[in-house]
Amino acid sequence: MYRQMIDDTLLYERLYTIRRFEETLLENFPKGVFFGTTHTSLGQEADAVGVLSHLRQGDVVFSNHRGHGHFLAAGGDPRSLFAELMGRATGVCGGRGGSQHLYWGNFYSNGVQGGISPVATGMALAEKHRRSGAVVIAFIGDGTLGEGVVYEALNMAALWQAPMLFVLENNRIAQTTPIEQAVAGSLSARFSAFGIPFAELDSSDVCLIHSLAGEQLDQVRREGKPRALILHTARFGPHSKGDDTRSPEAIEQIRRQRDPLSIQATRLDADSLEKIQAVVNLRIDQAYQAALADPYPVLDSQVADVH
Amino acid sequence: MSTEPGLETKSRRNVLAALNSGLHQAFAADPRVILLGEDVLDPYGGAFKVTKGLSSAYPDRVWTTPISEAGIVGVASGMALRGLRPVVEIMFGDFLTLAADQIINHAAKFRWMYNDQVRVPLIVRTPMGGRRGYGPTHSQTLEKFFLGVPGLRVVSVAAFGDPGEMLRRIILEGEDPVLFIENKLLYSLPLFDEGDSDELTVRTDWTSSEPNTATQPMALTPHPPTPVFTVRLRGSPPPVLSVAAYGYMAELARKAMVKLAYEKEVFIELVVPTQLAPIQLQPILHSVYQTGRLLTLEEGSLTSGWGAEVIARLVETGDLRTTKIRRLAALDLPVPASGALESAVLPGMEAVIASIVNML
Repeated sequence: MYRQMIDDTLLYERLYTIRRFEETLLENFPKGVFFGTTHTSLGQEADAVGVLSHLRQGDVVFSNHRGHGHFLAAGGDPRSLFAELMGRATGVCGGRGGSQHLYWGNFYSNGVQGGISPVATGMALAEKHRRSGAVVIAFIGDGTLGEGVVYEALNMAALWQAPMLFVLENNRIAQTTPIEQAVAGSLSARFSAFGIPFAELDSSDVCLIHSLAGEQLDQVRREGKPRALILHTARFGPHSKGDDTRSPEAIEQIRRQRDPLSIQATRLDADSLEKIQAVVNLRIDQAYQAALADPYPVLDSQVADVH
Repeated sequence: MSTEPGLETKSRRNVLAALNSGLHQAFAADPRVILLGEDVLDPYGGAFKVTKGLSSAYPDRVWTTPISEAGIVGVASGMALRGLRPVVEIMFGDFLTLAADQIINHAAKFRWMYNDQVRVPLIVRTPMGGRRGYGPTHSQTLEKFFLGVPGLRVVSVAAFGDPGEMLRRIILEGEDPVLFIENKLLYSLPLFDEGDSDELTVRTDWTSSEPNTATQPMALTPHPPTPVFTVRLRGSPPPVLSVAAYGYMAELARKAMVKLAYEKEVFIELVVPTQLAPIQLQPILHSVYQTGRLLTLEEGSLTSGWGAEVIARLVETGDLRTTKIRRLAALDLPVPASGALESAVLPGMEAVIASIVNML
């Protein structure tokens, strides 16, 4: 039913924006222009785009350490994200947060895996309490399931009927630890145990994800209760930078079979693809160059306007 | 112990009734105020009855929770980010360790790391302290582990002033997360009323002694309604020693002050801050510069505690008119259940008196 509502070109453009952004990030990281570390979502872009293309005014997103794609899919500005990663004053959070700690509009992210779950739950409950009609989308991963506070959050979200969608992106690997060595039992039973309905999909096709996410979010809006969307996915980028312990063949196979861009590209002709890529390449490059020219923050520059 | 809301009389209202009344007033004043905690619903009204009557008056805004200390602090901090004014009750302060990640890595961080674009008006209230025989995991004084967390204010209730009014104002006016420590033995103490007392004089200092944000970056809005009380025996000669204390130690120091005056003709001044972090220092320094001696008291274990910070900052002023400085705190041991052992581990009034006498 959602197939008609969004156009293939737009979906591809959003996927490609994230891809190009993160490739630019990885390509330039060795130059030392970025602070700290970074976690890219190469291969998982369809989750971000598929789910967040349904955002409505007032909806809240809580993302995690692998959140650039979520930020960009939610409409975040590539230049201010580059600037944030470069620690510049013009960054999303003035350089204070960096890659994992973003706040913009109704978009939040934090770098402690499980901890965002109860916070997102509280946000959803606040929206419900204020009768705003907004829903909260919280992104977690298979690795997050190791932290107990997630289950406290699921319990309370169900008890108090928080209008939210837990999106579990299962990329089957937590940093370097495969899911078989970290997660016992069933993923979906973790939600159904709390009476939270779930939908599950194993695909990197943005259209399928978009369609299922749309149904789930509609239900959340209609019922005012939590639901879960389990998206089995695959990342073919490293956890961080050059720290992949999987074999190059295995990674290459994932890229061949599960690249959301290749999948979505089959729906467009070569001409449109080229055009989109050229436009996005230019936009991302300009964003990168602009951020590179931005000033660094000073510690007390923001202190004066603390009030 | 009077627990019914609205029953507090003018004369002998106790700390518990004051806090309860402060909560009721905050709920009446602002529909954004919401309370989450374990077993907080009537008729039980919370393990220590601070929330008594609240769920009957505001059933939609008082939520009893599962035993999920981290979860409820997280939920409340999400609520605070989205425009509510949540108050969390943690049944025993000992359980703050469970919520530490939510307090330190979430609630206290959000404002600063999001570049001052958000506010987190969250209050985490919790009873702390021993002397009731509850044993090692229900008797501790753990707030020292939360002192110096950027973005977090740590407030400690005193029986001076009006702790209920302090709570009410923090709930209604606060912009930042506050850890609100209520020593269990304070609950039943009558509020000190200067009009009633011919024994003590209390000076209330409302001016913030926090670092000036114009010169020192802070992750908090300054000037909260947290007074510092400076207490003396009425008509006493100039005091010879300053005692800085908070929580129930301030009550023990008050008793010691009276006893020392009557039995040994030793006169001291007691300084009681209600905010431990960011540290309230000026009134302590002011007192110390007059008496030349400082004893800090705390019920938490000695090492790396509040007293250590007070003394470090005193020393750093470079103004060492002070001749003697000491800390009195609990031994660096878990708090035992047996009263015989507990009173040996936690500093009592006799230990306070002995420390003072030794410093003269």
